[in-house]
Amino acid sequence: MSEALLDVRDLVVRYGPVTAVDGVSFSLAAGETLALNGPSGCGKSSTALAVLQLRRPAGGEVRFEGRELTSLTERELRPLRPRIQPVFQDPYGSLSPRHRIRDAIAEPLKVQGRWHPTDGPARVAGLLDRVGLDPAYGDRRPHELSGGQCQRAGIARALACEPRLLVLDEPVSSLDPSVRAGVLNLLADLQDDLGLGYLFICHDRAVVRHFADRAIEMRDGRVTSG
Amino acid sequence: MESEAQPPSEALLSVRDLRIAFDGVEAVRGLSFDVRPREVLAIVGESGAGKSLTARALLGMLPRDATTSGTISPDLSAARGRRISLVPQDALSALSPVHPVGDQLAAAVRSVARVSRAKARARAVAALERVGIPDAARGARAYPHEYSGGMRQRAVIAMATVNAPEVVVADEPTTALDGERRDQVLRLLAERREAVGAALVLVTHDMDAVRGHADRVLVLYAGRPTELGPADEVLDHPRAPYTAGLLASLPRSATPGRRLPALRGTPPAPGTPAPGCAFAPRCPIAAGPCHTTEPEPRQAAGRLVACHRWEELPHPAADLFLQERRPA
Ligand code: SF4
Repeated sequence: MSEALLDVRDLVVRYGPVTAVDGVSFSLAAGETLALNGPSGCGKSSTALAVLQLRRPAGGEVRFEGRELTSLTERELRPLRPRIQPVFQDPYGSLSPRHRIRDAIAEPLKVQGRWHPTDGPARVAGLLDRVGLDPAYGDRRPHELSGGQCQRAGIARALACEPRLLVLDEPVSSLDPSVRAGVLNLLADLQDDLGLGYLFICHDRAVVRHFADRAIEMRDGRVTSG
Repeated sequence: MESEAQPPSEALLSVRDLRIAFDGVEAVRGLSFDVRPREVLAIVGESGAGKSLTARALLGMLPRDATTSGTISPDLSAARGRRISLVPQDALSALSPVHPVGDQLAAAVRSVARVSRAKARARAVAALERVGIPDAARGARAYPHEYSGGMRQRAVIAMATVNAPEVVVADEPTTALDGERRDQVLRLLAERREAVGAALVLVTHDMDAVRGHADRVLVLYAGRPTELGPADEVLDHPRAPYTAGLLASLPRSATPGRRLPALRGTPPAPGTPAPGCAFAPRCPIAAGPCHTTEPEPRQAAGRLVACHRWEELPHPAADLFLQERRPA
């Protein structure tokens, strides 16, 4: 078997005395979509935060491309962070309201020292086009975009980091029904073309059945099936 | 809109040519429909379609800067809480954080009926019991923040039905809830509505909530009615391209494979209507008059349909909405 892109073993996440995730294990291959399903409060979002290392786990392992992340220092994690990118439910919340879309997409490139004034703007335009947005939208600010357009811009920003794994936390849940299918199609295309792994958190079973290769059910911080 | 098949005397509420504008920009642009006694009428549409504004208009709860025209008769807004009531999306906002839930319910009872405090209190506890609050006597003494999200929603349903109104307006009552709890809340709403004999106006963007819960459905797009008819017939065989596209793009009805039928583009922002049909930029069968004349709702296939070309729409229509895959 080829090496998993992500391998989570016996994950435990605590918030003070509350154990939100209690011994969860799963693995995910490149190009694969694994759904985490379950009612609100079941621990799926805490699992996502732990995979992103935005919440440090209290126990267990998170192995990404063969490297164990939980034991790394913040400094050691820094070069790995771009490779695991989140896309959150609220498309407006993940982009700064004050920045133009093109600056929001350029920012990760700049932070990583991969911004070149000569070809940078063209790269940003290419990313916008890639997510199905007219590059002219780069001049706008988030509130001047619809929810679906804004979510596409958020995906473009994630792609700027050249990730291997996207943690999609309810990425279409707040979108209007008539634009939801378009964003799901975009995610499917990106996965096919780039071989991204998706950890897909979603409470809508119909969406999960359609979109995910596999699903695991969580309840009360544990995996109940999958 | 033309009058509906039922004579007006049958209607509990009649809305005629309702228009709601902000700063001269119309968000609801001419809407007519009836609410019939004891029916469940779903109003579906996306954000900006005008569905919540329409619901607020029924209740007389529009923001102060709204300008309205048209008629809603009878005007029940003065009898809010008695003849018409609201189940809002956000249960917390409907409850006062500083009073026990039972006190709030008892106050609602006493606002319409001259009953003793003790009696109002007993009714409040009974109302909580009926919506399935465990140990209702104790639940009545608890504050809203001590309730779980699902219990709060139940309490709000108890509040909305305790005075046996004629119309309950539920504005996205399940948006904040996940699958299982969504069904529970919808079932409870249906049950309570039935018990008190009220009509339910269910405002939602969730087509799943319509199926199995609504008698009729009114589909709105960009402040205009698109289709109005028996819920099952509209869902099984939509006649307006927007309804058809929306239904086809839901994951479940998709043909196997990873790409879903999808509507291109996004709904128009209010105040930017091009001449013609508001859906034309996204419509796969738009032609001729679609670009010049806004379609009026007309009787078609046992319902009202606002579309110049509804007869051209194939069934099923999913293939119309399959998009070319974007090259990498
Ligand atoms: S009127 Fe024309 S554009 Fe509008 S929905 Fe019908 S066919 Fe499409």
